[in-house]
Amino acid sequence: MKKGWIAYPYVVWLVIFIFVPLLLIVFYSVTKTTDEGIVFTLEYFKRFFEPIYIMVLLRSLYLALISTIICLLLGYPLAMILASKEFRHKRVLLLLVVIPMWMNFLLRTYAWLTLLEKNGVINTFISFIGLPKMELLYNQGAVVLGMVYNFLPFMVLPIYSVLIKIDKSIIEAAEDLGANSRTVFRKVIFPLSLPGVVSGITMVYMPAVTTFVISRLLGGGQFTLIGNLIEQQFLYTGEWGFGSALSLLMMILILFSMAIMSKYEKESEGGGLF
Amino acid sequence: MKRSLKLKFTLLLAVSIVSILLLSGCGQSYKATIRVYNWGDYIDKSIITDFEKEYNIKVIYTTFTTNEDMYVSLKSGGSTYDVVFPSEYMVKRMINEDMLHKINLDNIPNYKYIDDKFKNLPADPNNEYSVPYFWGTLGIVYNKTMVDDPVDSWEILWNEKYAKQILMVDSQRDSIGLTLQMLGYSMNTRNLDELEEAKQKLIEQKPLVLAYVGDEVKDKMVGGEAALAVVWSGEAVAMKWENPDLEYVIPKEGGNLWFDCAVIPKVSKNKEEAELFINYLCDPEIAYRNTDYIGYSTPNIETMKMLDEELLNDIAAYPSDEDIANAEVFDDVSDALEIYDRIWTEIKAK
Repeated sequence: MKKGWIAYPYVVWLVIFIFVPLLLIVFYSVTKTTDEGIVFTLEYFKRFFEPIYIMVLLRSLYLALISTIICLLLGYPLAMILASKEFRHKRVLLLLVVIPMWMNFLLRTYAWLTLLEKNGVINTFISFIGLPKMELLYNQGAVVLGMVYNFLPFMVLPIYSVLIKIDKSIIEAAEDLGANSRTVFRKVIFPLSLPGVVSGITMVYMPAVTTFVISRLLGGGQFTLIGNLIEQQFLYTGEWGFGSALSLLMMILILFSMAIMSKYEKESEGGGLF
Repeated sequence: MKRSLKLKFTLLLAVSIVSILLLSGCGQSYKATIRVYNWGDYIDKSIITDFEKEYNIKVIYTTFTTNEDMYVSLKSGGSTYDVVFPSEYMVKRMINEDMLHKINLDNIPNYKYIDDKFKNLPADPNNEYSVPYFWGTLGIVYNKTMVDDPVDSWEILWNEKYAKQILMVDSQRDSIGLTLQMLGYSMNTRNLDELEEAKQKLIEQKPLVLAYVGDEVKDKMVGGEAALAVVWSGEAVAMKWENPDLEYVIPKEGGNLWFDCAVIPKVSKNKEEAELFINYLCDPEIAYRNTDYIGYSTPNIETMKMLDEELLNDIAAYPSDEDIANAEVFDDVSDALEIYDRIWTEIKAK
């Protein structure tokens, strides 16, 4: 029995809210309104290749990369703890990872403002135990912290869901054959968890590259990222053409990195995002 | 099976559509509807409800965050608005681009309460298109306990003594404009050499700047996180209430004087109702409620008479004519906006 009609609302949805906007972005990025009407132009793309904008792009990629690496280093062990049989308070820990996500993202970032500021909670504590106050807010470190804090669950959860599905008998077999725990991890667990790692990396890297709120609030507007640049074009300068060109290039870049990622993901099943 | 499911689905859809129609018919029937487009948190909402009751006109109220934001959504079409509140330079741009209706002042008798000094502004020399809503200045707010030099010039923002204690405003026109003014140029310049000089000055200043901020500036200054900040006067009034150590000055170079005005865009089909709404806002009593809620400065003479003596003497809220004698008003520089944007990006991305 075919139920093709069930898909129609989704198709309509896709066309209206994804396909058409995408076309509009492409349209805006290659056209310009002059006195003679709308003409084709590539000047917005040309403008992007000026050193200043390339620098902004590189900074976005760099900061997102750092945050992703930190998320992976912090997230993997946490996912392992969550997935292990022996750990009793697993549910509580899992809840603690998820609960912050119930709160609004903007609100959580604002909270860091009050935590990190000069007379904020952390500095008050530092000076209470007799240490000099530190400049915690409005620097690159604060931006990375904001990204790691906000996107860590997106790294933990995919890895966790893959780890928990690993057949325990495979691990037992490896142990029976004389592998010590390090070898088991290196040769069995880690390779099997790779799909989760890959989707974790994608899920952290993508929003980190495109964020504009974190860099504006925690970076004090001094660390312009590609997201800020796009926002600026739409909200302040009204240069939709340049903004669209930037968004388009950003999308191509993400598509490109996802293609590389999916190469690693192909063979193994489950846990993958795409 | 398939057919019955389809039938059920159609039935469900039909029922919901009918009920929506019925429900919407149930509410109070208004004789007209106007769409008002204003800055975020820039009106006492109870005024809207009162207006709806008094005139039986429904108000659909939406907000924007920047002049450009508002301009773009009007320009791109698709959305109809009847009353919009742009700043003076945007009023001028919209007049130039033939986007505004002429307002019939006969329908706005309360216009007589608007102070004469806010009439015949350069943006709208014959008062044909706009009615002033609120006004203010751009200046420096500083913490008396943290700054011991006299604060009377933009130059203090380049004083290395206050490194990492200076908050700049995250707004292209304002930050570049004040630097131009400090260098002795016009805030509205299109001269590339002058703009280049301002850019170098701002890049030079960057190591001293703690952050380029928007709305957070209020919390930061009240909490003593920084010593100096560039702010709009209305914000300064609110900050001083919360932290008496703060003081506001209009720099001797002149500062910037701004006006937000009510206008009726050409896309409006309810011009008379829109005029009725603008007139309502100019009513001294209503304007007082609004001023009291927002804290910005009113151009309404009768409303000013109702205000506290203390507030009237506050230079942040109601500077004297002398204080604003050298203040410059923003002009429309839309043809140079791309240059401004490029400069601002270069400064912030450095």
